[in-house]
Amino acid sequence: MFQEKRPERLVDLNGSRLDGRKLDQLRQIKLEVGILDKADGSAYVEQGKNRILVAVYGPREAHPKHIALPDRAVVRCRYHMAPFSTEERKSPAPSRREMELSKVIREALEPAILSENYPRTTIDIFIEVLQSDGGSRCAAITGASLALADAGIPMKSLVSACAVGKIGSQIALDLSDLEDKYGEADMPVALMPSFNKITLVQMDGSLMLEEFAKALDMAVDSCKQIHEMQKTALKGKYLLIKEEVEEEGSERSGE
Amino acid sequence: MELNLERKQLVAPGEIVAEGGYFAGDNVYRENDKIFASRLGLVEVVGNRVYVVPIKGCYVPYVDDPVIGRIVDVGMSGWSVDINAPYPALLPASETFGHRQPFPKADLTKIFDVGDLVLAKVIAFDRTRDPLITVKGPELGKATSGRIVKISPTKIPRLIGRKGSMISTLKKQTGCQIMVGQNGIVLVSGKSSEDERVAVSAIYMIEREAHTRGLTDRIQEMIRKELGGREFVSGKAS
Amino acid sequence: MSSTPQRSPMARIEQRTVVDMISRGKRIDERSSTDYRDLKIEVGVIEKANGSAQVFLGKTRVMVGVKVETGDPFPDTPNEGILTVNAELVPLASPSFEPGPPDENSIELARVVDRGLRESKAIDLEQLCVDAGKKVFVVFVDVYILDHDGNLIDASAIASLAALLNTRIRNYEIKDGEVIYKPGYTPLPIKNRPITVTLAKIGNSLVVDPCLEEEQVMSARLTAAIEDSGGVCAMQKGGMEGLTIEELKAAVQIASKKANEIREKILEAAR
Repeated sequence: MFQEKRPERLVDLNGSRLDGRKLDQLRQIKLEVGILDKADGSAYVEQGKNRILVAVYGPREAHPKHIALPDRAVVRCRYHMAPFSTEERKSPAPSRREMELSKVIREALEPAILSENYPRTTIDIFIEVLQSDGGSRCAAITGASLALADAGIPMKSLVSACAVGKIGSQIALDLSDLEDKYGEADMPVALMPSFNKITLVQMDGSLMLEEFAKALDMAVDSCKQIHEMQKTALKGKYLLIKEEVEEEGSERSGE
Repeated sequence: MELNLERKQLVAPGEIVAEGGYFAGDNVYRENDKIFASRLGLVEVVGNRVYVVPIKGCYVPYVDDPVIGRIVDVGMSGWSVDINAPYPALLPASETFGHRQPFPKADLTKIFDVGDLVLAKVIAFDRTRDPLITVKGPELGKATSGRIVKISPTKIPRLIGRKGSMISTLKKQTGCQIMVGQNGIVLVSGKSSEDERVAVSAIYMIEREAHTRGLTDRIQEMIRKELGGREFVSGKAS
Repeated sequence: MSSTPQRSPMARIEQRTVVDMISRGKRIDERSSTDYRDLKIEVGVIEKANGSAQVFLGKTRVMVGVKVETGDPFPDTPNEGILTVNAELVPLASPSFEPGPPDENSIELARVVDRGLRESKAIDLEQLCVDAGKKVFVVFVDVYILDHDGNLIDASAIASLAALLNTRIRNYEIKDGEVIYKPGYTPLPIKNRPITVTLAKIGNSLVVDPCLEEEQVMSARLTAAIEDSGGVCAMQKGGMEGLTIEELKAAVQIASKKANEIREKILEAAR
């Protein structure tokens, strides 16, 4: 129906990509924390054209009771895409891809959550992709860490995620949808930055071993960059309030 | 032995707070030789104990905590109570005054029914079972009037203030009776709905600005602006 | 199968506060009985959709995306395009929403929004015919609840209308029975702008745009969809109690009066 044309080149002779980025450049990222009223914790991520909302509820009573674990919280994760999030409308019913992503995202976050603190409860993570443009599982993990921290769930560390790939025979950072579709490899990675521990890695395509090593290093570096942005976003709201009110106060008392 | 961050500095989960011979208190954990924050909050040091005062977190029951809860179910020998914790609380019939076992169920609903609000105290809680609460005690029992305010349980200490300073200010300036549950639920009962409205606003303001300085002054000023600077001497012990 | 819902998660004295205050002419958020909460409407928020809108009604937040695709017409209306409305009460929006297929609440929500649009003939479906009897445009309106603080029906209807006003279809031509897209866009043909107004009955009073606490104590609810002319094109009564005849008439009167105010705001935002 919608005739998409295969782009001639994904990378031009100057090393510029279709959207003008360099090979080792991230798309523009915007992170907001605590933007939903009802959820215990929430975050909103924009990365390129991705628009992802994450909410966390918990720890809360396990329903139904039989799924509860006696010595730790059960972490549940649902990755779901809105029907209007993709070029062609997607049926709202969960697809096999969404189910796989729900699992790998949960496994990316579990190592960071101190779930032994809340036995017999559930910690629920709900990810809604409002618009998707490649790398959404990484953006979702980045957002989910923020939402968990915003909910006050105790964590060993935040988890930061980013994908690397190969386009035009070169290793490139943070592939867009088009680049993933017509590129030669895509590898999403999630990291606990304080410990250099990798909690998610998937790959499809073809990479020589040296290419893989280079790609992994690039991914880890980006994850650390994204980690700094996460910390800024988390603290931002409270530092802003502090500035607002402490400044007001000092003005009034004539300091 | 080294403290990486200053006192009252805002810290995110996974950030290193201290290294070496410090002890790990609340909301931090130790790995090898380092102490990491596990929650977003403000760093605190008391002696050589390091901990974090969290911005947000769910309510974890502690023995002797006053709590305000809502009856959600009536059982054979007690009631199931929602105390805003990840675990439902159990109020055994034996923990009410003036009744002897066994209790026919009909009797229990006469004491507390689904939807009633109770002022209670935690008497037991551990990792293997749900919290136990009691309504035997002065000022405990069914709440019959007032407005409910729900705030993050982590802000309750700030609402109470050092030696109760903040909460007494609130009570004196608004003339309202204010019962504070450690579980983040507050019951406000005033002579007029205007007094109650201002008390409720003040409580939300404290929640929002708990991590800042000069809060007590700003609260006092806000209430003065709204209600005109009256002061009430409460006849009851707070 | 539909069953009596669970009890309200509000303590009795909380419920009494809401009801008592309303009987004295005040609502818990200081509004009058005919005031809507703060309404903020943004359009074009999802570029991949043909049209989209995000609405904040108080703390309630709803996003609607419109996708227009080609499909077969219904056999009894070979010359008309198709409108279909779907709503998701996703679990992120409220502790009371569970993951799973649409339940009776999300289906009722979708069908009430649909009814307002369909009965008022808001979209000129005949203009959506591509190849009579063979191919038509299908307009998918997907309502996504993001934060539930009451009155999802009105918030969803406002977002749906704003998204439809924001919707553009790619220009096309037919070659050998296939739809080939050309550069340029045409706005969706909109003939009527229905507005739903929902009132809740609390005690003996009717209040417009109930917030979540008010919904949890209301005895009944009435939604009326008002078209450009000021007349009613759809109605839905909800809740466990009944309305008197006078109450019903009064509710529809109030709805008719409020609709214009809301319509102005949507038109302003969709400009």
